[in-house]
Amino acid sequence: MGLADLKLFLPELYLLFLALLFFAQSLWQSPVRVNHLLALWLSAAGVAISVLSLPFSGELFYRAYRVDLFSQAFKVLIQLGLFLVIFIGRELKSIDDRLHPEYFMFMVLSSLGLTLMVSSVELLTIFIAMELSSYSLYILVPLRKQNFGNQMEAAIKYIIFGAAATGVMLFGMSYLFGLTQSTYITVIIQKLPLILTQPLAVVGLLLVLCGFFFKLAVIPFHFWTPDVYQGAANETTTFIATMPKLAGLALLLRLVSLGGPDNLDLVQILVLLAAVSMTFGNLVALVQRDLKRLLAYSSIAHAGYILLGVLTLNATGYAAAFFHITAYLLMNLACFMVICSISRQGEDISLGDLSGLYKRSPLLAFTLAVGAFALAGIPPTAGFTGKLFLFTAALNQGHLALVIIAAVNTAISIFFYLNIVRSAYGQDPDGRPDIPLSLSGKLLNVGLILAIILLGTLPAWFFDLARTACKSLIS
Amino acid sequence: MDFLILNPLNFPILSTLIFLPLAGALVIFLLKNETVAKVWALLISLVTMVLSWPLYFYFDASTYKYQFGEHLSWIPFFKINYTLGVDGISLLLVLLSTLLTPICILSSWKYISKRVREFLFCLMIMETACVGVFSALDFVLFYIFWEAMLVPMYLLIAVWGGPEKVYASIKFFIYTMAGSVFLLVAMIALFLKTGTFSIPEMMSQPYTFQFQFWIFLAFAIAFAIKVPMAPFHTWLPAAHVEAPTAGSVILASILLKMGTYGFLRFCLPITPEASIYFAPLILVISVISISYGGYVALGQTDMKRLIAYSSVAHMGFVTLGTFIFNKNGLEGAILQMINHGITTGALFLCVGIIYERTHSRLITVNSGLGKIMPLYVGLFGFFSLSSMAFPGTNSFVGELLVLIGTFTGHKVFGFLTIPGVVLAAAYMLRLLQKIAWGEREGGEGHHFFDLNVREFVYLVPLALLVLWIGFAPAPFLDVMHATVDHLIQQVQAGGQTVAWLR
Repeated sequence: MGLADLKLFLPELYLLFLALLFFAQSLWQSPVRVNHLLALWLSAAGVAISVLSLPFSGELFYRAYRVDLFSQAFKVLIQLGLFLVIFIGRELKSIDDRLHPEYFMFMVLSSLGLTLMVSSVELLTIFIAMELSSYSLYILVPLRKQNFGNQMEAAIKYIIFGAAATGVMLFGMSYLFGLTQSTYITVIIQKLPLILTQPLAVVGLLLVLCGFFFKLAVIPFHFWTPDVYQGAANETTTFIATMPKLAGLALLLRLVSLGGPDNLDLVQILVLLAAVSMTFGNLVALVQRDLKRLLAYSSIAHAGYILLGVLTLNATGYAAAFFHITAYLLMNLACFMVICSISRQGEDISLGDLSGLYKRSPLLAFTLAVGAFALAGIPPTAGFTGKLFLFTAALNQGHLALVIIAAVNTAISIFFYLNIVRSAYGQDPDGRPDIPLSLSGKLLNVGLILAIILLGTLPAWFFDLARTACKSLIS
Repeated sequence: MDFLILNPLNFPILSTLIFLPLAGALVIFLLKNETVAKVWALLISLVTMVLSWPLYFYFDASTYKYQFGEHLSWIPFFKINYTLGVDGISLLLVLLSTLLTPICILSSWKYISKRVREFLFCLMIMETACVGVFSALDFVLFYIFWEAMLVPMYLLIAVWGGPEKVYASIKFFIYTMAGSVFLLVAMIALFLKTGTFSIPEMMSQPYTFQFQFWIFLAFAIAFAIKVPMAPFHTWLPAAHVEAPTAGSVILASILLKMGTYGFLRFCLPITPEASIYFAPLILVISVISISYGGYVALGQTDMKRLIAYSSVAHMGFVTLGTFIFNKNGLEGAILQMINHGITTGALFLCVGIIYERTHSRLITVNSGLGKIMPLYVGLFGFFSLSSMAFPGTNSFVGELLVLIGTFTGHKVFGFLTIPGVVLAAAYMLRLLQKIAWGEREGGEGHHFFDLNVREFVYLVPLALLVLWIGFAPAPFLDVMHATVDHLIQQVQAGGQTVAWLR
């Protein structure tokens, strides 16, 4: 690896530097405010760096690590997500003051793991990157002030389910290695289609995919989602709800391609998972009162929608999934920003706590409405455009029944998303206090609203970018 | 692109009509003073209204093609374009939308006292969505406006509505949304079949009957809920009763038209054979809607609820005329859409006016107003006559055309409709009789002010239109001849080719 190759690794090196910096900060009694500002500005710089490294491409580390448009685009999203998560939760209300440097360190480390994941094209590299991101998250979940709820239960559940999913994934990897004598995706993708008639190959591939189903919260790997969302601190949930899904989807797309262009067994299983995920997620979300829990089930449903794009096994579908996960990132961040802002000491937020939000903070109420309507898929938001692309891609491959199920699900989901809007707009505050917003908070609100609407109304350039990026996956 | 005549005016008139209210709505939030906000909204909506008039004056009635066209590439990969244009079907609906918005703003001047800016914002967004729906020629663009319209309408009911607003608004939203998701699937299916999202290019294609069958069903559910046709009408009375006056007016006058507009724009030309196949079913449902709506209206004690059910009956005439597939029927249906918009809108405004004075919509509470508010009752009576299709009013022309069409097409349905017409007279006269000459509860002690200038100003244009269409409908019918002829050709030609292929 020469010095010229160093630039390929720049976003990762930068995150590593950030992690080390916060490690240094954790060694002494650093002022709280300094840590917040450091995290905010340095993560903003990270976005700039990842955008600058967007055009780079090449291979590193004995071809186990590929830098291409696909990975770089995901890295931009991860860096952007990290910046927004830190921006949203910048006060870290629910975390002990003295733990702030460690909190930022693990958050950055987890992002580093995700960043490594999207570039990995070798099974063991994928595994190590994934573990780096997961273990950091396992530590983040219980970091919450003692008086709120059950963060310990959430953490235990997350670790156990995560470890189990990883175990299953490793087991699948051993099958793939056994069948193809290689851990390189580039090699497997050539050898595997020849032996796909063997059930072993399909089973092996599916077991590997399980690891990423866990990240995306696809049924039946969803059990951790509601408890972890509710149990973890609001800031941590903001991270868990958005970031691992990005990398999970990236890897899912890379690995699904292994099955070849028309692998019926695989597609059928994905169709089943998609249908069950969205139906279950939406139905259970109907009765939720806790906002984070509601969003957890909504995320299960959205994992189902995103599978619509994955199971097309073509570049258009992948690009649609890519587009929708970006939209999902933005609209979830919008909702979580409102949660973090309403929660005064870092407590959980129920639907009732939203009452009279229109009066207590008109801007927050509007952001929440835009986020909820976007999640519901109402135009002209990005959520609608994403669904339009997904449905078109899936229907193009003849999955009519699945698209109809998805459409019916959209109608079902309206109810609980409307419930959020109704609580914010249709009820009076009943003495709940106003929520003052700082200037930066206002800017963040307006920025997210604009991003959701602009991505929805002018999607062409982004979709084209996503398509170009995803084309390289189909060989 | 031979279906589109590009805009001959030197400014993009349709885009202006769509985006001027939107821009105006965004500015509202910058205005701190509520009166200034109201004046601003009124000003913008009046400018939009005046700007829409060139559509009529420069409209070329000799062609069926879409005029004032605008065309831009939007999402090239999926061949989604920003295409706008109006023809004889949509022209009057666009004009109706731009006319009613300033009237709605005027009617809410005093009634809406809380969150005025947000209310005006919703009204303006509604105007954007309405004009957009009627002028979009790209399916995705149409769908975006069609769905986006739900949000401001939902808020109008949910925030400024009556005591049962939560139930009514959620029911409204879920009902319409449930209908339109199938529209979405049908839209994508059509795109995959034809390779375009352009609505005119989807028309007159040799689809198989099987395909048309399912597409028609998906369309019909979405549009029948919107119209609404029995048995999908239950959201309507709830929504109307709970909505504020302006919301009711927009709902009755413009939103319901989107359903019938959908039948005319999508079902007939895109799936002609399925339309012919399903026509008897739709006709039966229309007749049921007419009789059932009228019958239920007869038993109402709430004025708004009565008018809401009368809407179900009136819209039944529109679908009846549409699916009779002859010129009189179709022109009557289109004219009846406009008539219903004017008359029912005016009636809802009248109910709103009296509600501001007595704080009740019950007929018994508001009876015997004739002596106290002669001017108001005069206008109310006039619109009631229009609603029951009294000769000399607009609805008479529309219903007459529909009935002529129906008797030409299917005599049976013509006869079945007659009781509905009688019912209309019965429920409207009963209402009018109580309001004008009924016993005043608690004597005549209460004195309410008669119409003030503002109320008079927004009712008079509607009254003039009632008379104008009633006595001289030609200017309104002339613009639709070419389009309707072409539509009938499309239905017949499409029906024949496919039948022949089969």
